[in-house]
Amino acid sequence: MTIDIAIILTPFIMAALIPIFYRRLRKNMIGWVVLIIPVSLFLLLTTYIPRVAKGEVYSHTYEWIPSFNLNFTTYIDGLSLIFSLLITGVGSLVILYSIFYLSVKESLHHFYCYLLLFMGAMLGVVFSDNLMVLYAFWELTSVSSFLLIAFWHHRKASRAGARKSMTITVSGGVAMLVGFLMLYAMSGTFSIREIINNIDVISGHVLFIPALLLVLFGAFTKSAQFPFHIWLPDAMEAPTPVSSYLHSATMVKAGIYLVARFTPIFGGEMVWFWTITGVGLITLFWGSFNAVRQVDLKAILAYSTVSQLGLIMSLLGLGSVAVYLGYSTETVMYTQATFAALFHLINHSTFKGALFMMVGIVDHEIGTRDIRRLGGLMAILPFTFTIAIIGCFSMAGLPPFNGFLSKEMFFTAVLNITELNIFSIHNIGLLIPIVAWVASVFTFVYCLIIVSKTFLGSMKPDIVEKNPHEAPFGMLLPPFILIGLVITIFFFPNLLGEYILKPAMLSVYPTFPSAEEMTPHISAWHRINTELLMTLGVVVLGIILYRFLKYWSKIYRLFPKQWTLNAIYEKVITSSENISESITKRYMSGHLTHYFVYIYVSFVAIVAGTFIALDAFEWNPTNDAVIENYELILVFVMIFAAVAILFAKSRITTVLLNGVLGYSVAFFFVIFRAPDLALTQLVVESVTTALYLICFKFLAELKPERSTKRVKISNGLISVFVGATVTLIGLTVVNYDKFKSISSYFEDSYNLAGGKNIVNTILGDFRAFDTMLEVVVLFIAGLGVFALIKLKAKKGDVDIEN
Amino acid sequence: MKINDVILRTVVKGVIFIILTLGVYLFFSGHNAPGGGFIGGLVLGSGLVLLYITYDLETVHKKMPFDFKKVAGLGVLLATGSAIGSIFFDAPFLSQTDTYFTFPILGEKHLTTVTVFEAGVALTVIGTLVTIILSISEDE
Repeated sequence: MTIDIAIILTPFIMAALIPIFYRRLRKNMIGWVVLIIPVSLFLLLTTYIPRVAKGEVYSHTYEWIPSFNLNFTTYIDGLSLIFSLLITGVGSLVILYSIFYLSVKESLHHFYCYLLLFMGAMLGVVFSDNLMVLYAFWELTSVSSFLLIAFWHHRKASRAGARKSMTITVSGGVAMLVGFLMLYAMSGTFSIREIINNIDVISGHVLFIPALLLVLFGAFTKSAQFPFHIWLPDAMEAPTPVSSYLHSATMVKAGIYLVARFTPIFGGEMVWFWTITGVGLITLFWGSFNAVRQVDLKAILAYSTVSQLGLIMSLLGLGSVAVYLGYSTETVMYTQATFAALFHLINHSTFKGALFMMVGIVDHEIGTRDIRRLGGLMAILPFTFTIAIIGCFSMAGLPPFNGFLSKEMFFTAVLNITELNIFSIHNIGLLIPIVAWVASVFTFVYCLIIVSKTFLGSMKPDIVEKNPHEAPFGMLLPPFILIGLVITIFFFPNLLGEYILKPAMLSVYPTFPSAEEMTPHISAWHRINTELLMTLGVVVLGIILYRFLKYWSKIYRLFPKQWTLNAIYEKVITSSENISESITKRYMSGHLTHYFVYIYVSFVAIVAGTFIALDAFEWNPTNDAVIENYELILVFVMIFAAVAILFAKSRITTVLLNGVLGYSVAFFFVIFRAPDLALTQLVVESVTTALYLICFKFLAELKPERSTKRVKISNGLISVFVGATVTLIGLTVVNYDKFKSISSYFEDSYNLAGGKNIVNTILGDFRAFDTMLEVVVLFIAGLGVFALIKLKAKKGDVDIEN
Repeated sequence: MKINDVILRTVVKGVIFIILTLGVYLFFSGHNAPGGGFIGGLVLGSGLVLLYITYDLETVHKKMPFDFKKVAGLGVLLATGSAIGSIFFDAPFLSQTDTYFTFPILGEKHLTTVTVFEAGVALTVIGTLVTIILSISEDE
């Protein structure tokens, strides 16, 4: 048990403990107790900063299922440290904020439980080196996000938003899993670092490009890239602290993490460059363009998050050319794009987190987030106004805030790339910087909208009546810490660059010799250059566009309603539901006989089919033991009972005859010296009979079956085939030699597993995984029966299913 | 109509001890001889079902006020917990260990961590079995 695994596990342990202890606490105390976890993890992680800055990495492997190459390998390097600091740091602030934001009437224990679950899952994503473990944590973040979006599950919009985000991110996740399996097929390892070391072996493989695209699909859905961004605005139904944490600062950055992590593997490909840069730029433009038309403050922020994620994504795409070009003194300048991406990632988390908290305060104190109903709040919410103006100006890229620095670096990167003459970049030429610049103009416009429509102008009469007041100190503190960072980073950017970004650059470019060269000196003032002129242009054009907003906003009406991405998504979902319903209705007839036919026909087709195809049927009676008379008697008893069931007139007779069959099988187990099986069979048979007796009063009388001759014949044939298959396989397995026999394990069970009863060493040791999961399945089945019977609607009750 | 089941009740009073003892015996003997968590749990569970069938729900419940869903839940927790437990000793997931101890009265005994796992299996089987049968029989 090492410290790195403990970091991942602590949130999960705390999440498991909350349901136990929350009743003993006063409701407003739960948040404070939970707050201990992220704060202490954050402090613990900060101790890694100086060591990681020296270039050290920490890795620890814990063997989980070594036989399948599944190891729980944690890996702390510069890249994962950035993300883990964001997860725990923003996490602490968000929990502090939630304590004051959420009313004690909410089911707070659920909220904090899900939040911790998310925190643990996210830490797992960034610290895992094993692809399968990473994938499991990845999906867990989707699940916890689903639970948090649907936190107010009595609202229809919350449920719909949760479902949408789940559908999109999980389908991306599954695609990513396929990509991971392809990587495993090519490299034979699940470890990311080992794949990076063997990159020459796999880069020429046929599956390389498909794996690349599938991994990107996962990253794009998670990071809300065009056209998968549509889930993010709907996810805003979540409580605002959740939006601030998951849907702006951490979870949506998981895709960016994945792209950065996989750059050493895929970075040299043209497809990688163009897909990421192209999708990133489109997302950047589309997000900012759409943010301008929104009227809900949270929706503006959601689209702005989409747009900023696109910006970071496109920077990572631009930075990947350095991997293609390889190391030389000229190519180092292209790594600056990646540096800018990581820098902006941190900056975005600071200002966007603060802005979401600002919107939360407005919503909490005023009761609405609709900018058409807001205005003039500067007088009553002065502190909140400060947060808004600093956050928005940083987002718009103005000095003296950190957004200015990273936006300048972004402009530098898009200008640099136009000079390259690879991947046919010259064909597109100036388009990359132009798109980037236009998107920045729109960013400036929506920043102005947020500030002026909410805080400037005159107050609406209904707000004045409510007599609102400034938020409590606890709600103001977290955003103030964040905007404090916004300003601090502007004045001391190189501290961040030196200690946090530099080691991360080495993780993205492991083949480059020194991190020093890849860490540019960030300064606010260069001289008057193209970047600065671009910023000035953004400001001037932005103000003009804002002034004349109502004249040009008509262009948004040009887009036909039925062709929006949301409408297409809805269409796909409803039509797939309808199609699957009609297919399912066709075979789910409600007749047990039909279901048995499906089961048996597929059983015979698959099992007997395989045996025939492999020509594996083999019967060699020479080694068989002599058949004793009493065995024959038992066989005839069973045959008699089985045939008699067919002709039984009442249910009790069938139950008893079935019992005869069961007990005779137990006899066989005794004869063939399998006492464990015999015991189990006897007890199971008795319990089944008891169950039958209990169920009797619910069962209808046996009625003679009325079916056509054809059905009867085909059913008869199916049963004969099933019987024949089972018998033939039983006779064949004795001589089957296609697989290596595993009996050596069982013969040596005492040395291998410490037990002499081989049945139990199989259950408890050799196949303990199966047993463990079977126990869980059994438990779930029991709960299912209980729920079906106890929780069904009583007669006359309203059907509450929806 | 009241069914006269004096014979059943009298027999069960004696037999139930034998069944429950057998269940416990099977549970512990499972390591080197026939038995084990699953069978032990099944026998104990069926003994309980027999009690419920012979006497009515209230009578049994008064003497054994367990919520069998929680028993099953505890079982799952034990089984998965013993699997996770090996993490803390830097051994692969689900590793089990065993050793010999000499006790004052009982003499030398073979102790293994697999017993915890098996106890989890047994409790889950008992809990689920009784839960299913009780909920079906309580249904109106």
